[in-house]
Amino acid sequence: MSKILVNGKEQEVEVPISLIDLIKRNDVAQPDMVSVQLNGEFVDRGDFNSTLVNDKDEVDFLYFMGGGSPINQQNLQIK
Amino acid sequence: MDFTEDQIQRYSRHIILQDVGVEGQERINKGKVLIVGAGGLGAPVALYLAAAGVGTIGIIDGDVVDLSNLQRQVIHFTADVNKAKVLSAKEKINQLNPEVEVITYYDLLTASNALDIIKDYDFVVDGTDNFPVKFLINDACVQARKPFSHGGILRFEGQTITVLPGTACYRCVFHAPPPPNAVPTCSQAGVLGAIAGMLGTIQAAEVLKYLTGVGDLLTNRLLTFNAKTMEFRTIKVKHNHRCAVCGDHPTITELVDYEQATCEIKSKH
Repeated sequence: MSKILVNGKEQEVEVPISLIDLIKRNDVAQPDMVSVQLNGEFVDRGDFNSTLVNDKDEVDFLYFMGGGSPINQQNLQIK
Repeated sequence: MDFTEDQIQRYSRHIILQDVGVEGQERINKGKVLIVGAGGLGAPVALYLAAAGVGTIGIIDGDVVDLSNLQRQVIHFTADVNKAKVLSAKEKINQLNPEVEVITYYDLLTASNALDIIKDYDFVVDGTDNFPVKFLINDACVQARKPFSHGGILRFEGQTITVLPGTACYRCVFHAPPPPNAVPTCSQAGVLGAIAGMLGTIQAAEVLKYLTGVGDLLTNRLLTFNAKTMEFRTIKVKHNHRCAVCGDHPTITELVDYEQATCEIKSKH
């Protein structure tokens, strides 16, 4: 087992692990909408399968955050 | 700019603050800030900027106050329900600090009006609740080289980043708006009211830091917090050379209005 940092917290995983498996392991709710940084570099969504995470790597999952107010969105125009 | 006795009293806690002082307060008084959205984030931003004496505050919002807003949009009161949010906000700002000039736009920010509206301001605050406008603000500000603060809140969490010309932009981090059928605010909606205040006051502080030139702005760093654990984190983010708006080969050269996802909210009536 190796130690990696996921969103600043240590996790023990068998490496190498693909980004997509790490996303699944962390129960990321909507994998098609998460932005991922590996050691400070953004990873293209299309490369989640092929990108491998290794010992001591740092991974950040970044999520969309709107305003938490879906009722207001109904008032906006749709173009 | 000579301060009156009243102004010296009103702004005394800034004036005696090392790093701000008379000079910093003058810069605040000359500042022009546009707040996009007079809602959960825009409310604390507007109140703190008004209290601080920001000379001109522009507010754009095409909505009216709804009873369900009052849980977090602290600039609006019960008597304001059904009133235009920009008008309600202007009234409170005027009561708090009559010296502030408030310019209201009872409208939506769109690809056709964005550049024209933001051009008159020193700094733009994203206080919107939806992704199409968040991306529009980003793209417009990047293209016009306007500094801005992005803010987002959801449930118990918040995130914010300050973007200056040349620093990592919102699109560097979140390449494109989520597809209309996959909006997290819909499936897992709701927000703890005070989170809006936490995030909005961070944005207001960034504006005041920018205007006064004090401290280090939240650039190239995405600040996130979770109020359940009260843990704050800043994640270093780099300017993305493949960014569609500020990268080496930008593909976005004109502003666009993205389709807005809507959520079906079942009426209880």
